[in-house]
Amino acid sequence: MSTRYPAGETLTRGERRALNLYLVSGLLLFILLMSFGLTMRLAQSAWIDITPNHFYQIMTAHGAGMVGTVGLASSAVMWFFLRKYVRLSLPVFVANYACFMLGAALLLGATFVGRFGGAWTFLYPLPVHSMGVWSAGAAAVFMVGYLVMGLGFLLFYLDAMRAIVRVYGNLGRALGLQWLFRGTVDPSHPATVVASTMVIIVNSLGILGGAVVLVMSLVNAYASEFVLDALFAKNLTYFFGHVFVNSSIYMAVIGVYELLPRYTGRPWSMSRPFLWAWAANTVLVLIVYPHHLLMDFAMPRWAMVIGQIASYGEGLPVFAATAYLVLTNVHRSGLRWRMPIVLIVLAIFGWSAGIVPAIIDGTISVNRVMHNTLWVPGHFHFYLLLGVLPMLLAFMYHLIGGRADEPISRGDELGLTAYLVGGLTFVGMFLAGGHASEPRRYAVHFAEWRPYDQVASIAAVLVIAAMLLFAARIARGLLRAPAELR
Amino acid sequence: MMTIQDEVGVLTLAGIAGVALVFLYVIHGATRKADAARVEARAGAIRKWFFLGLLVLGAGVTAATLAPFPIPDQQASAGTRHVVDVVGHQWGWRLPPGPIEAGIPVEFRVTSADVNHGFGLYDSSGRLLAQTQAMPGVTNRLVYTFARPGRYRVLCLEYCGLVHYGMSAEIVVSAAGGARP
Repeated sequence: MSTRYPAGETLTRGERRALNLYLVSGLLLFILLMSFGLTMRLAQSAWIDITPNHFYQIMTAHGAGMVGTVGLASSAVMWFFLRKYVRLSLPVFVANYACFMLGAALLLGATFVGRFGGAWTFLYPLPVHSMGVWSAGAAAVFMVGYLVMGLGFLLFYLDAMRAIVRVYGNLGRALGLQWLFRGTVDPSHPATVVASTMVIIVNSLGILGGAVVLVMSLVNAYASEFVLDALFAKNLTYFFGHVFVNSSIYMAVIGVYELLPRYTGRPWSMSRPFLWAWAANTVLVLIVYPHHLLMDFAMPRWAMVIGQIASYGEGLPVFAATAYLVLTNVHRSGLRWRMPIVLIVLAIFGWSAGIVPAIIDGTISVNRVMHNTLWVPGHFHFYLLLGVLPMLLAFMYHLIGGRADEPISRGDELGLTAYLVGGLTFVGMFLAGGHASEPRRYAVHFAEWRPYDQVASIAAVLVIAAMLLFAARIARGLLRAPAELR
Repeated sequence: MMTIQDEVGVLTLAGIAGVALVFLYVIHGATRKADAARVEARAGAIRKWFFLGLLVLGAGVTAATLAPFPIPDQQASAGTRHVVDVVGHQWGWRLPPGPIEAGIPVEFRVTSADVNHGFGLYDSSGRLLAQTQAMPGVTNRLVYTFARPGRYRVLCLEYCGLVHYGMSAEIVVSAAGGARP
C-alpha cells in the first residue's frame, strides 16, 4: 500500500459501489446541467430559439441541480476521508444518495412536466404567484423535492455528528477549540475532522433554515390565508442558500488538505492558526448571508454592515489560510505534475481569483450598481467552475490513479487546456456583462449584450468538451476499481 | 470619466492578475526542490505581513465605504426631496406621470403588488445608476439625484417570472424649471 493510498482508505465492495454511485451520478449530472447552461447562453445569443417559459424551466433546473450536485459530490469527498477517523454508517450514506435522487426526480418533474420556473432560490411568493404559468401543485412538488434532498443531507450530517462525538467527545473538541488559546496543539489532529465538524454545524442549521421557509411556503400554497413576511422568507432562503453552497466548498476542500502532501511530498501538520481559521469561519459563514440583501433597504442597518464586514472576513480565515497553505506546500517541493495536483492548484487559483469580484461586490456602495447584474453569476461561476469542480475532479483523478504514477496523458492535457481557457472565458463574459450592467436572468437579451453571450457560448462548448473527456476517463477508472482501493 | 463599474472592473482585473502572478510564480518553481523547512520559515515570515496587510486593507475599505452610510435613512422625512411612489407588478411598473427635474433629489418609494422585483434605474447608454428591491409588504426608499435631463429606463433586477426580461418603464427627466429634453 503506497503512501498515496493509505490502508485506512481501502474500500469494501459495498463502499466502492456507493462511492461510484455518487461520483458517476455527479459527473453525469454536471454534464447534463452544463448543457442546460449552454442552452441558456445560446438562447441569449439569439443562436437558438426557445420560449421564455422553457428558458426559465431550464434556468431553474440548472440552478437547483448544480447546487444539489455540488453538495452531493462534495459530501462523497467528506465521507471518503472522514471514515478514516470515525466510523460512518454506509446505509446512511446510501440513504443520502437515495434521497438526493428522489428529490432530483421531483425537481425535474416539477420543472419539465409541471413547468415550474420559480428559480432555485424559490423566492416567496413567486412559487405560488406564477400568473398561471405553473400550478401550485408544481411548486409544491418542487419544494417537496428540496425537502427530500435536505432530509438526506441532514441524515448524513447527523450520522457524521454521532460518529465524531463518539471519538472526540464533543463537536468543540473535534473543532480543536481547546487549543485556541492554550495548550499544545496535537499535530496529528485531522484537518478532515475539523472541516467536517464545521460543515456539520453550519449546514445542519442552514438546511433547517431552508426547511422552515419551504414548509411555510408549502402551507401558503394550499392555505393562502397563511401569509408569510416576504423579507423574513428572503432572509431564511438566502441563509440556507449561502450556507449550503459554502458548505459544499468546505466539504470539497477536505480533499485538498488530504491529497496535497501526497503529491508534493511535504507533510503539513495541524496548527493553531488553522484551528482559528475554521473556528472563525464557523461563525462568519452563519452571519454573512445579509450581503445577499444589501439592496433590501428595509433591512436593519446593522445587518447590512455585518453583511459587508463578514464578506471581507469570510474570505480571510479559511480561504486565505488554505490558499497560503497550498502555495507554500507546492513551492519548490520538487513535485511531478500529475492530474490531481494540477487540478488542486487550478482549484485554489479559481477559488482565490473568484473571490476577488465577490468580495468587491460585498461592498454596499458597489452592490448598488452590481447586484443582480451578470456580475453575480460571474463571480459564483468563477469559484464553482474553476474552484470547486476542479477540487472534485482532483479527488476523482486520485481515486483512479495507480501505483504506476502515470504522467498526464495528451488527452488530459488537451482537456485541461480546454477547461482552463473555456472556463476563464466563460466567467469573463459574465463579468464583462455585469460591468456593462446586464441584468441577470433575462431570457431575451438586447442586441448590444449578445457579443458577450456568443463568446460565452463558444467557451461553454469548450468546457463541456473537456468535462466529457474527464468524465469518460474517470468513469472508466472508477468502474475498473483500482487495486489500491479494493 | 470613470464610472463605478469601470473602477470595479479595473480593481477586479488587477486583483485577479495579482493572484495569477503569485500562482504562476509558484507553479514555475514547483518542480525544483528546496529545503521544506527553509521554504516554510520564509513563507511564515511573509504570511504575518500578508495577513496584517489584508486586515489593514479590509478595515480601511470598510471605514471608507460605510461612512457616510451609502443607503438613505429609511425613517427620515422626505424634506425637500421630490417623492415618487413606485409599484412593481407582474410585469410592469406603476409610476406617476408627473415631471421629475434634474438636480433635485428624488425619493423613490418602491414596493410591489405581488412578488419580488428589482427597481433598476438605467441611463440612456444602458448603464445601471442605482437600484433597490421592490418587495410586497415593504417600502424601500431610494434617493437619487439626476444630474442631467434625459430619458432614463427602469429595468427589473429581481427574477419575477415569465416576463421578467420585459418588465421596463421610462422616466423622463426635465431640466431645472421643467423644460423637457
